[in-house]
Amino acid sequence: MPRSVKKGPFIDYKLLKKVQTLNDSNQKKIIKTWCRSSTISPEFVGHTIAVHNGNKMIPVYISEHMVGHKLGEFSPTRIFRGHPGTKAEKASRVK
Amino acid sequence: MARIAGIDLPKQKKAFVGLTYIFGIGQYTAREILSKAGVDAEKKIMELTEEEVAKVRSVMTTEFKVEGALRSEIQQNIKRLMDIGTYRGLRHRRGLPVRGQRTKTNSRTRKGKRRTVAGKKKAPTKK
Repeated sequence: MPRSVKKGPFIDYKLLKKVQTLNDSNQKKIIKTWCRSSTISPEFVGHTIAVHNGNKMIPVYISEHMVGHKLGEFSPTRIFRGHPGTKAEKASRVK
Repeated sequence: MARIAGIDLPKQKKAFVGLTYIFGIGQYTAREILSKAGVDAEKKIMELTEEEVAKVRSVMTTEFKVEGALRSEIQQNIKRLMDIGTYRGLRHRRGLPVRGQRTKTNSRTRKGKRRTVAGKKKAPTKK
Protein backbone atom coordinates (compact mmCIF):
# COMPACT_ATOMS: atom_id res chain seq x y z
CA MET A 1 0.00 0.00 0.00
CA PRO A 2 1.44 3.39 -0.89
CA ARG A 3 2.06 6.13 1.57
CA SER A 4 -0.75 8.55 2.33
CA VAL A 5 -0.73 11.55 0.02
CA LYS A 6 -1.60 13.82 2.92
CA LYS A 7 1.81 13.30 4.49
CA GLY A 8 3.70 13.92 1.30
CA PRO A 9 6.81 11.98 0.34
CA PHE A 10 9.32 11.02 2.99
CA ILE A 11 12.54 12.87 2.38
CA ASP A 12 15.27 12.67 4.97
CA TYR A 13 15.37 16.12 6.48
CA LYS A 14 19.08 16.27 7.16
CA LEU A 15 19.95 14.96 3.73
CA LEU A 16 17.72 17.51 2.06
CA LYS A 17 19.33 20.28 4.10
CA LYS A 18 22.80 19.15 3.04
CA VAL A 19 21.77 19.04 -0.60
CA GLN A 20 20.27 22.48 -0.37
CA THR A 21 23.41 24.00 1.11
CA LEU A 22 25.35 22.43 -1.75
CA ASN A 23 22.86 23.81 -4.23
CA ASP A 24 23.10 27.28 -2.70
CA SER A 25 26.86 27.31 -2.90
CA ASN A 26 26.84 25.60 -6.31
CA GLN A 27 29.05 22.81 -5.11
CA LYS A 28 29.10 19.17 -6.05
CA LYS A 29 30.20 16.89 -3.31
CA ILE A 30 29.49 13.27 -2.55
CA ILE A 31 27.12 13.05 0.39
CA LYS A 32 27.19 9.91 2.45
CA THR A 33 23.89 8.68 3.71
CA TRP A 34 22.44 5.69 5.45
CA CYS A 35 18.93 6.80 4.73
CA ARG A 36 17.89 4.26 2.13
CA SER A 37 14.22 4.94 2.68
CA SER A 38 14.41 8.57 1.64
CA THR A 39 12.58 9.51 -1.53
CA ILE A 40 14.65 11.23 -4.18
CA SER A 41 13.39 14.77 -4.53
CA PRO A 42 13.97 17.01 -7.57
CA GLU A 43 16.64 18.97 -5.67
CA PHE A 44 18.90 15.93 -5.68
CA VAL A 45 19.25 15.80 -9.46
CA GLY A 46 22.84 16.10 -10.59
CA HIS A 47 24.35 15.19 -7.24
CA THR A 48 26.12 12.01 -6.36
CA ILE A 49 24.93 10.42 -3.17
CA ALA A 50 26.72 7.54 -1.52
CA VAL A 51 24.04 5.20 -0.25
CA HIS A 52 24.91 2.60 2.34
CA ASN A 53 24.00 -0.96 1.46
CA GLY A 54 24.77 -2.46 4.84
CA ASN A 55 28.39 -3.05 3.93
CA LYS A 56 29.73 -0.10 2.02
CA MET A 57 28.62 3.13 0.41
CA ILE A 58 27.46 2.82 -3.19
CA PRO A 59 27.80 6.07 -5.12
CA VAL A 60 24.61 6.88 -6.97
CA TYR A 61 24.49 9.63 -9.53
CA ILE A 62 20.98 11.04 -9.43
CA SER A 63 19.43 11.63 -12.82
CA GLU A 64 16.07 13.11 -13.66
CA HIS A 65 14.34 9.78 -14.12
CA MET A 66 15.16 8.71 -10.58
CA VAL A 67 13.00 11.35 -8.93
CA GLY A 68 10.26 9.71 -6.91
CA HIS A 69 12.18 6.51 -6.30
CA LYS A 70 13.85 5.68 -3.02
CA LEU A 71 17.59 5.89 -2.53
CA GLY A 72 17.78 2.27 -1.43
CA GLU A 73 16.53 1.05 -4.78
CA PHE A 74 19.84 2.01 -6.32
CA SER A 75 22.09 0.36 -3.80
CA PRO A 76 21.59 -3.41 -3.88
CA THR A 77 22.12 -5.19 -0.59
CA ARG A 78 22.76 -8.66 -1.94
CA ILE A 79 25.44 -9.79 -4.31
CA PHE A 80 24.71 -13.02 -6.09
CA ARG A 81 27.82 -14.52 -7.60
CA GLY A 82 26.30 -17.74 -8.85
CA HIS A 83 25.96 -21.04 -7.08
CA PRO A 84 29.09 -22.83 -5.88
CA GLY A 85 30.34 -25.46 -8.28
CA THR A 86 28.70 -24.16 -11.39
CA LYS A 87 31.56 -22.98 -13.49
CA ALA A 88 29.44 -21.57 -16.25
CA GLU A 89 27.95 -19.07 -13.89
CA LYS A 90 31.28 -18.16 -12.40
CA ALA A 91 32.59 -17.33 -15.86
CA SER A 92 29.64 -15.19 -16.82
CA ARG A 93 29.46 -13.32 -13.59
CA VAL A 94 26.97 -10.50 -13.97
CA LYS A 95 28.05 -7.47 -12.02
CA MET B 1 -17.36 -7.99 -39.57
CA ALA B 2 -16.25 -5.77 -36.74
CA ARG B 3 -12.57 -5.10 -36.71
CA ILE B 4 -11.28 -2.77 -34.00
CA ALA B 5 -7.65 -1.99 -33.15
CA GLY B 6 -6.45 -4.66 -35.57
CA ILE B 7 -8.42 -7.44 -33.85
CA ASP B 8 -11.32 -9.34 -35.32
CA LEU B 9 -14.05 -9.41 -32.73
CA PRO B 10 -15.93 -12.66 -32.23
CA LYS B 11 -19.33 -12.34 -33.89
CA GLN B 12 -21.34 -14.54 -31.60
CA LYS B 13 -20.44 -12.78 -28.35
CA LYS B 14 -22.13 -9.88 -26.70
CA ALA B 15 -20.45 -6.54 -27.26
CA PHE B 16 -18.97 -6.10 -23.78
CA VAL B 17 -17.44 -9.57 -23.91
CA GLY B 18 -16.24 -9.23 -27.47
CA LEU B 19 -14.32 -6.06 -26.70
CA THR B 20 -12.31 -7.87 -24.03
CA TYR B 21 -10.52 -9.75 -26.83
CA ILE B 22 -8.57 -6.55 -27.32
CA PHE B 23 -5.41 -6.27 -25.22
CA GLY B 24 -5.89 -3.67 -22.53
CA ILE B 25 -9.66 -3.95 -22.28
CA GLY B 26 -11.45 -5.89 -19.61
CA GLN B 27 -15.11 -6.06 -18.88
CA TYR B 28 -15.13 -2.84 -16.92
CA THR B 29 -13.50 -0.73 -19.63
CA ALA B 30 -15.56 -2.52 -22.27
CA ARG B 31 -18.77 -1.42 -20.60
CA GLU B 32 -17.39 2.07 -20.10
CA ILE B 33 -16.53 2.40 -23.78
CA LEU B 34 -19.90 1.07 -24.89
CA SER B 35 -21.86 3.40 -22.67
CA LYS B 36 -19.81 6.36 -23.84
CA ALA B 37 -20.43 5.37 -27.43
CA GLY B 38 -24.11 4.97 -26.67
CA VAL B 39 -24.18 1.34 -27.72
CA ASP B 40 -26.18 -1.34 -25.96
CA ALA B 41 -23.64 -3.56 -24.22
CA GLU B 42 -25.88 -6.63 -24.40
CA LYS B 43 -26.10 -6.54 -28.20
CA LYS B 44 -24.17 -9.18 -30.08
CA ILE B 45 -21.17 -8.03 -32.09
CA MET B 46 -22.77 -9.25 -35.32
CA GLU B 47 -25.84 -7.11 -34.65
CA LEU B 48 -23.87 -3.88 -34.41
CA THR B 49 -24.25 -1.47 -37.26
CA GLU B 50 -21.29 0.10 -39.02
CA GLU B 51 -22.04 3.41 -37.32
CA GLU B 52 -22.00 1.86 -33.88
CA VAL B 53 -18.71 0.14 -34.59
CA ALA B 54 -17.27 3.44 -35.79
CA LYS B 55 -18.42 5.16 -32.60
CA VAL B 56 -16.87 2.48 -30.42
CA ARG B 57 -13.68 2.75 -32.41
CA SER B 58 -13.49 6.52 -32.01
CA VAL B 59 -14.11 6.38 -28.25
CA MET B 60 -11.45 3.73 -27.88
CA THR B 61 -8.77 5.50 -29.86
CA THR B 62 -9.32 8.84 -28.16
CA GLU B 63 -9.56 7.71 -24.54
CA PHE B 64 -7.76 4.42 -24.17
CA LYS B 65 -4.42 2.94 -24.95
CA VAL B 66 -4.78 -0.54 -26.34
CA GLU B 67 -2.82 -3.26 -28.10
CA GLY B 68 0.53 -2.16 -29.54
CA ALA B 69 0.60 1.27 -27.93
CA LEU B 70 -0.13 -0.20 -24.51
CA ARG B 71 2.40 -2.98 -24.94
CA SER B 72 5.11 -0.55 -25.92
CA GLU B 73 4.27 1.67 -22.95
CA ILE B 74 4.68 -1.27 -20.60
CA GLN B 75 7.98 -2.17 -22.20
CA GLN B 76 9.15 1.42 -21.86
CA ASN B 77 8.29 1.47 -18.18
CA ILE B 78 10.29 -1.70 -17.65
CA LYS B 79 13.16 -0.34 -19.72
CA ARG B 80 13.19 2.82 -17.64
CA LEU B 81 13.57 0.77 -14.46
CA MET B 82 16.44 -1.14 -16.02
CA ASP B 83 18.19 1.94 -17.34
CA ILE B 84 18.25 3.87 -14.08
CA GLY B 85 19.51 0.81 -12.27
CA THR B 86 16.83 0.18 -9.69
CA TYR B 87 16.46 -3.06 -7.85
CA ARG B 88 13.27 -3.73 -9.76
CA GLY B 89 15.14 -3.18 -13.01
CA LEU B 90 17.79 -5.65 -11.98
CA ARG B 91 15.15 -8.27 -11.28
CA HIS B 92 13.61 -7.68 -14.69
CA ARG B 93 17.03 -8.06 -16.29
CA ARG B 94 17.63 -11.34 -14.51
CA GLY B 95 14.17 -12.66 -15.23
CA LEU B 96 13.42 -13.13 -11.56
CA PRO B 97 10.29 -12.11 -9.66
CA VAL B 98 10.22 -8.37 -9.12
CA ARG B 99 7.99 -7.94 -6.11
CA GLY B 100 9.90 -9.71 -3.41
CA GLN B 101 8.52 -13.23 -3.80
CA ARG B 102 10.54 -16.20 -2.69
CA THR B 103 12.86 -17.80 -5.19
CA LYS B 104 14.06 -20.82 -3.26
CA THR B 105 11.10 -22.66 -4.67
CA ASN B 106 8.37 -21.69 -7.09
CA SER B 107 8.50 -18.49 -9.15
CA ARG B 108 8.47 -20.73 -12.21
CA THR B 109 6.49 -18.27 -14.25
CA ARG B 110 9.39 -15.83 -14.25
CA LYS B 111 12.24 -18.31 -14.24
CA GLY B 112 10.85 -20.57 -16.93
CA LYS B 113 11.34 -24.29 -17.13
CA ARG B 114 13.50 -25.95 -14.51
CA ARG B 115 17.17 -26.17 -15.40
CA THR B 116 18.87 -28.76 -13.28
CA VAL B 117 22.11 -27.42 -11.91
CA ALA B 118 25.10 -29.69 -12.46
CA GLY B 119 27.24 -30.76 -9.52
CA LYS B 120 24.37 -30.81 -7.11
CA LYS B 121 24.58 -33.55 -4.50
CA LYS B 122 22.17 -36.40 -4.86
CA ALA B 123 19.58 -36.87 -2.20
CA PRO B 124 20.72 -39.42 0.44
CA THR B 125 17.68 -41.62 0.05
CA LYS B 126 17.24 -42.89 -3.44
CA LYS B 127 13.79 -43.82 -4.53
